Amino acid sequence: MNKVTTDVLIVGGGPAGMSAAVAASGNDDVRITVVDDNPRIGGQIWRAELGKLKSVEALELLALLDQQWITLVNNASVFSNDGSSVLAETPSGRIQIEYKSLILATGARERLLPFPGWTLPNVLGAAGLQALVKGGLDVQDKRIVVAGTGPLLLVAAEYLTSKGARIVAICEQTTNKKLDRFALGLWRSPSKIVQGISLRSKLRGIPYYRNAWVTKADLQSVTIQHFGQTTDIECDMFACGFHLVPNIELAQLLGCEVADGFVSVDDYQQTSISDVYCAGEPTSIGGVEAAVVEGKIAGFAATGQIIEANSLFRARKKTTAFAKALDQAFELRDELKTLAASSTIVCRCEDVQYGKLTDHDDFRMAKLQTRCGMGACQGRICGAAVEFLFGWKDRSVRPPIFPVKMENL
Amino acid sequence: MITLTINKISITVDEGTTIAAAILNAGVTAFRKSVTGEPRGAVCGMGICFECRVTIDGIAHQRSCNVIAADGMEVVTDE
Repeated sequence: MNKVTTDVLIVGGGPAGMSAAVAASGNDDVRITVVDDNPRIGGQIWRAELGKLKSVEALELLALLDQQWITLVNNASVFSNDGSSVLAETPSGRIQIEYKSLILATGARERLLPFPGWTLPNVLGAAGLQALVKGGLDVQDKRIVVAGTGPLLLVAAEYLTSKGARIVAICEQTTNKKLDRFALGLWRSPSKIVQGISLRSKLRGIPYYRNAWVTKADLQSVTIQHFGQTTDIECDMFACGFHLVPNIELAQLLGCEVADGFVSVDDYQQTSISDVYCAGEPTSIGGVEAAVVEGKIAGFAATGQIIEANSLFRARKKTTAFAKALDQAFELRDELKTLAASSTIVCRCEDVQYGKLTDHDDFRMAKLQTRCGMGACQGRICGAAVEFLFGWKDRSVRPPIFPVKMENL
Repeated sequence: MITLTINKISITVDEGTTIAAAILNAGVTAFRKSVTGEPRGAVCGMGICFECRVTIDGIAHQRSCNVIAADGMEVVTDE
């Protein structure tokens, strides 16, 4: 087994992780290592297209990283910890990385909710489909419905259109009132992205429905509920995601305090464990601006650059307000709890149907009786679904937090 | 350009293409069979959901969205 020692280990190479690495490198005396489980650095929002980073911000950070003594390990899934080191599986075997400080920048994943047809092969996450297109999937002339909730729907629709797809409809489940309040608040938010995209989407003539949500999908169409009426929309692919949930499994494994599903941090982004920091989506879903500023603070704080960290507190405050606005604007409506039929699969890994779960009081009992959440993804997908459907929040985490080959355990 | 096989059929893709994208571009939608035999395809695109697992060069359960296509790779789906 390969063993590496570093001063600052950063898990996750997205906006938070890259920003943390650049900030940490301001201290010339520290060795920095960034590990990421995807093939290229950039995370999701800056995901490389066919292996090439396109975002100007990402390229600037990468250029800064290239000038420093930073070790970058791609395709490395951190699956366990051992004292002040983590274990990761890479295509060439297992590595152990010993650190003095650890920065968790593990990002977020899409929240996917079960409805009849959601396990069909032509139904994907909205960010999921976007990621696949960045990986080379050809969507030219494909008819696609984008549905769910959150600003990512517009981002995905805009991107897919630019790649030649025909977006037949965008269906946002939230109410006009909440969306309008959110749009009004954007002028004081750090992000103009959503506003800009919303406008461009309109200009391109893409039908955009609010108060609209999917009730079922098949291989040729999706059924949308909109002001009491259902409409079938023909499409080749259906991209559906319900905003984001944080990736906090590694933080939980390390024993960091978690409150309301997010990792608790202090002013310096330090978790309840000293020398373990957390930045970006795992602390609150605040988007790329929040991730960048929190990453910088964590990187400075972890390397003793306290004045630099302090100078960013005001900038971070603005992003916190934005995170709160996102939360309120894209709150899930109760009707979404009624979409799954008794035979609808909730746990995709173990094929556990909704009807098999309704008898149980908590996630633990459901797991023991049905294997819900015990498959390959370890509840990363169905965990967020059962939390919304049944209020089950007790998803326990134990190593390995990703499936690994026996020889690497 | 990169040439690989998907279920023994040769396909050429751009450099940097993921195996998941290559599979879909080849017209294959069933990546794996679920525990009850349902066909499943890629969902999250970022290595989280494990629905896009395929066999690559004889190694089973590879997340195809997280693997970049290389010349001569042999990919087998729907197992």
